[in-house]
Amino acid sequence: MRLLTREALLSFRRAPLLSALSVTTIAFSLFTVGLFGLVALNLRAALRDLEERVEIVAFVLRSTPPETITLASQDIATFPEVLTVTYVTEEDALLRARRELVEFQDAYQDLQVNPLPASLEIRLREGFRDAAHAEAVAERLRGFTFVEDVRFGRDWVEQLDNLRDLAGILGLVIGGVFAAVAIVIIGVTIRLTLLQRAREIHIMRLVGATNWFIRGPFLLEGALKGFMGGILALVLAYVGYLAFRNNAAALNGLVFFGPQHMLVIVAFGILLGLFGSMISVGRHLKGLGGRIDRRAA
Amino acid sequence: MIRLSHVFKTFPNGSLALKDVSFHVPKGEFVFLTGHSGAGKSTLLRMLYAEERPTQGEVRVGGHLVHSLRTDEIPRLRRRLGIVFQDFRLLEDRTAFENIAFALEVTGARTDTIPARVTRVLTQVGLAGKSRAHPRELSGGEQQRVAIARALVNDPAILIADEPTGNLDERATRGVFQLLRDINTSGTVVVMATHDLDLVRQTTYRTIEMREGAVVFDSADEAQGEER
Repeated sequence: MRLLTREALLSFRRAPLLSALSVTTIAFSLFTVGLFGLVALNLRAALRDLEERVEIVAFVLRSTPPETITLASQDIATFPEVLTVTYVTEEDALLRARRELVEFQDAYQDLQVNPLPASLEIRLREGFRDAAHAEAVAERLRGFTFVEDVRFGRDWVEQLDNLRDLAGILGLVIGGVFAAVAIVIIGVTIRLTLLQRAREIHIMRLVGATNWFIRGPFLLEGALKGFMGGILALVLAYVGYLAFRNNAAALNGLVFFGPQHMLVIVAFGILLGLFGSMISVGRHLKGLGGRIDRRAA
Repeated sequence: MIRLSHVFKTFPNGSLALKDVSFHVPKGEFVFLTGHSGAGKSTLLRMLYAEERPTQGEVRVGGHLVHSLRTDEIPRLRRRLGIVFQDFRLLEDRTAFENIAFALEVTGARTDTIPARVTRVLTQVGLAGKSRAHPRELSGGEQQRVAIARALVNDPAILIADEPTGNLDERATRGVFQLLRDINTSGTVVVMATHDLDLVRQTTYRTIEMREGAVVFDSADEAQGEER
């Protein structure tokens, strides 16, 4: 175990340039993926803000007894899609109109009869805030006899749906491309390292080291580099995030990765390093010794 | 110790590297393997340490059936062999001592026994005073001695040497050859591939000559023939 650690660490001392190169490669790859992740994260946060405004309003027929409405709203609250149901009485509606529609304040002030109907305002749970679910809920609301009309801004919700789909597809494509590029670059770097250490591997095989013994230091080295790359990527991303936040006043709602996301990024770095080492070292264990021999012969 | 029976080797590109090679090397023997470049010497040696598998035929080395060895059994075979090359194959960034210790470490030897064992083989090859030197600070002959010391440190039953004097001047060649003879005297089988016919003629060791992948002369057969 001590030997394993020593050999893994030695590679950093012996080939500092190449080691630094692999670490930065992993870091930059993860940074790109991470930066994209940040964009996606913020986009999702923005979308969630928008989604929260999705609301279904059911207007109630005049002269419906309040008890009926209260009973019905308890019933509606048990719909799986429904988060909250708010009963807005005619008086509430008028008060709100006076408060919010300042331009018409005078007009509302002189009214003899309240023209505004009472309503039920229904907000949906997360995951149900799209046109299809809103329509389903609206349909059920129309089934109540005291409901005169149901509105939920269909066009707006449909646009939100489109935006969400677009963001999802874009995320998948760009994220996938970035990840693929990262893996290729990391693979190339690891192959470079291995070529440099081909002689060592060759000698280890000749003196009868087992394949696992040969792999050990490389895997540890790969994992270590991945770990360092992951940390570096987080630092880079944080610097980028700060720069963005400080220079764009409009973006001050910007969020950074939570601890879980950070863990995932570092773990991903370790996995990348480990996986890359495993593939390249496996290839060397199969073929390389023979090739060196032939060159010498 | 070593027995090859009707060994053929065809490379994937179709070239025939070994043609019906059979011979037996008993305990304690020193064998020269001679022939031009490309005659199949190195392929044959590689077969002994399981770097190459025969396409057909049997290879037995020190009780191991090399032709049917599983990959995970190869290390056990190699720990009983010492292998030396023309180009020494030392690690440039490690001292003589570390190069030899490396061979012990990676085969899982007990750490506390390593210094004594390394010192013993360094003394054996006459380099006790140069244990801290890096390969580039050593002459070709000295580098080859370090490589031989590395091959010896696991107490091999068989020493395989592929052109060990190919890169050395005459004086270094004599020294290294003498070292190999001493090793053989102490009971280790030595199989040495060489171009150097002067070296071969100096001794009465058994000589196997190869041409185009086949054994065309074996001094052991000759001797048997004369006895008959």
